[in-house]
Amino acid sequence: MSLQVVTANRLDDGLVVFLTADGGWSENIDQARVADGKEAGNALLAEASVPELDIIIVGPYLIEVEQQDGGLVPTKYREILRTKGPSVRQDLGYQAG
Amino acid sequence: MYRYDDFDRQLVLERTEQFREQVERRLSGDITEEQFRPLRLMNGVYLQLHAYMLRVAVPYGTLRADQLRQLGYIARRYDKGYGHFTTRQNIQYNWPKLDEIPDALLDLAKVEMHAIQTSGNCIRNTTTDQYAGAAADEIEDPRPYCELIRQWSTFHPEFTYLPRKFKVAVTGSANDRAAVKVHDIGLRMHHNDAGEVGFEVIVGGGLGRTPFVGKTVRDFIGKNDLFSYLEAILRVYNRFGRRDNKYKARFKILVHEIGIEEVQRLVEEEWNLIKDGSLRVDDAEIAHYIEQFAPPAFETLTDDDAEFERRKAENREFANWVRSNVIAHKQPGYAIANVSLKPIGGIPGDATDTQMELVADLSDQYSFGDVRVTHEQNLVLPHVKKADLFSLWAELKNANLATANLGYVSDIICCPGLDYCALATARSIPLSQRISERFSDLDRQHDIGELKIKISGCINACGHHHVGHIGILGLDKRGKEFYQITLGGDASENAEIGKIAGAGFSEAEVVDAIESLVTKYLGIRETGERFIDTYRRVGMDPFKEVLYGDR
Repeated sequence: MSLQVVTANRLDDGLVVFLTADGGWSENIDQARVADGKEAGNALLAEASVPELDIIIVGPYLIEVEQQDGGLVPTKYREILRTKGPSVRQDLGYQAG
Repeated sequence: MYRYDDFDRQLVLERTEQFREQVERRLSGDITEEQFRPLRLMNGVYLQLHAYMLRVAVPYGTLRADQLRQLGYIARRYDKGYGHFTTRQNIQYNWPKLDEIPDALLDLAKVEMHAIQTSGNCIRNTTTDQYAGAAADEIEDPRPYCELIRQWSTFHPEFTYLPRKFKVAVTGSANDRAAVKVHDIGLRMHHNDAGEVGFEVIVGGGLGRTPFVGKTVRDFIGKNDLFSYLEAILRVYNRFGRRDNKYKARFKILVHEIGIEEVQRLVEEEWNLIKDGSLRVDDAEIAHYIEQFAPPAFETLTDDDAEFERRKAENREFANWVRSNVIAHKQPGYAIANVSLKPIGGIPGDATDTQMELVADLSDQYSFGDVRVTHEQNLVLPHVKKADLFSLWAELKNANLATANLGYVSDIICCPGLDYCALATARSIPLSQRISERFSDLDRQHDIGELKIKISGCINACGHHHVGHIGILGLDKRGKEFYQITLGGDASENAEIGKIAGAGFSEAEVVDAIESLVTKYLGIRETGERFIDTYRRVGMDPFKEVLYGDR
């Protein structure tokens, strides 16, 4: 089974975030806590879906990732775009640095 | 142009304040996302791939200079310095912060703008011909009727929770530039046998996952009776439209399932009960709204301007712009100038804050402060003196707004696609960029002539691919983007839904595929034929052959 992380959008500014090891939310996917396997993935999502987080984030869900060059890269193109920003505006989003 | 009365002003300010409170309650945890979502959608706020998106209404595509200037300010103050004009004649901002949106809405309210009826299952903003009040071929300016529809539909208590969204489009010209046949209701102005002006009423058109060309439910409805008739249609939809399945909830599905004759029977039955009631609008009231859209103070001019002709003869670039982007005006000595938001290799429909401010200034200077947004994602200065066209063009050119491509292959309709949209299955903007670069040579574009390419990044068809002469639909195939081509679509008065050519193409293959279709057309066209004419004459097979050969 593949590696997974939880992603969501932050409530106040709407930006893409990832659930981290300490239970916080980071804009950097490399800081995401990784779950290995279906059971671990479901547990991670359950942790991200508790009602108390409703004032921090919106719409948490699991995405599949791979380890690449010491970082985490989503397997689906849609999610790669979310970690970077619009491919047609490389001056915007996280890719702009 | 129509100005808000006290009632409109109060209504928008109250809505803005209500939404501010709703946002505060959401941020403080008093309401959940589940409770908040329908409220934000009633105020044009979506959550997209990277951030929130705010869709601002431009009712019937008409803007004043001060309004467009404010849209530029909002792009800079609350977004990242740009906005995206859409196929619904609206503008979308891609990066607003939820906690700042109430302030943005208040800034919009200062120039009589809002985000009402831009989302949710209500009657959406009415769209119309971008050349309304200017076109040489129109019977009457359709905007007084659009404004009356706006007043009838805004916060209509009976139609706030429809089965699904509902779109109305109006054309005042036989040459349909508003795609009325692919809306829930399309209104086509025409004369009846007695010489009176009224509307043909077309219902059940639409694009999306189940596209249909609308059907005529009534050949002619008089102006006084239009609003009670619309009410009757909405009542039939509200009562019988399906609520059990989101994908079968649009009016077009009802019209298709029970048939146009049954829809007609139900509507007429309902209309007979209400036609003499309060929705009958008398001539004096209609005249009041026609007055609100009275033509600006045109000068009396001859239609020939020697200076304009000289500039055209001397400057090929200017002449090319006039050839494609300037359209005949009803007033002698004036013209309609289209401002292309499709620079070669650019993002269709995007405009920067400073471009919006410049067009606002130019409209003040040259077009009575009147600007239009087109459903093909361009802007229009509707009332420009021919003698001013050269100066206008020179200023547009300095701001990269004078691309001479209106109606040509590089004037592509394109949705935001997977670069921005949470619903998309593939990107659409990069394809439009590569196609426009492939066909960037203007002589080649002239040779090809009118060719409407329309690209959607998912089956919801915001990029109108079903009615593109060549349509492209982006899909996801096992995690990779691929693109399906449709041919023969048409959004005009001869509306047709395009047919799928065959198996899809990879991102790497699709631009070559489009070029092969164009090359085939050039090889087999007869004199005077556009791509769509040739397609209609020869059918799918010759085009299929160049796409697939023996495949």
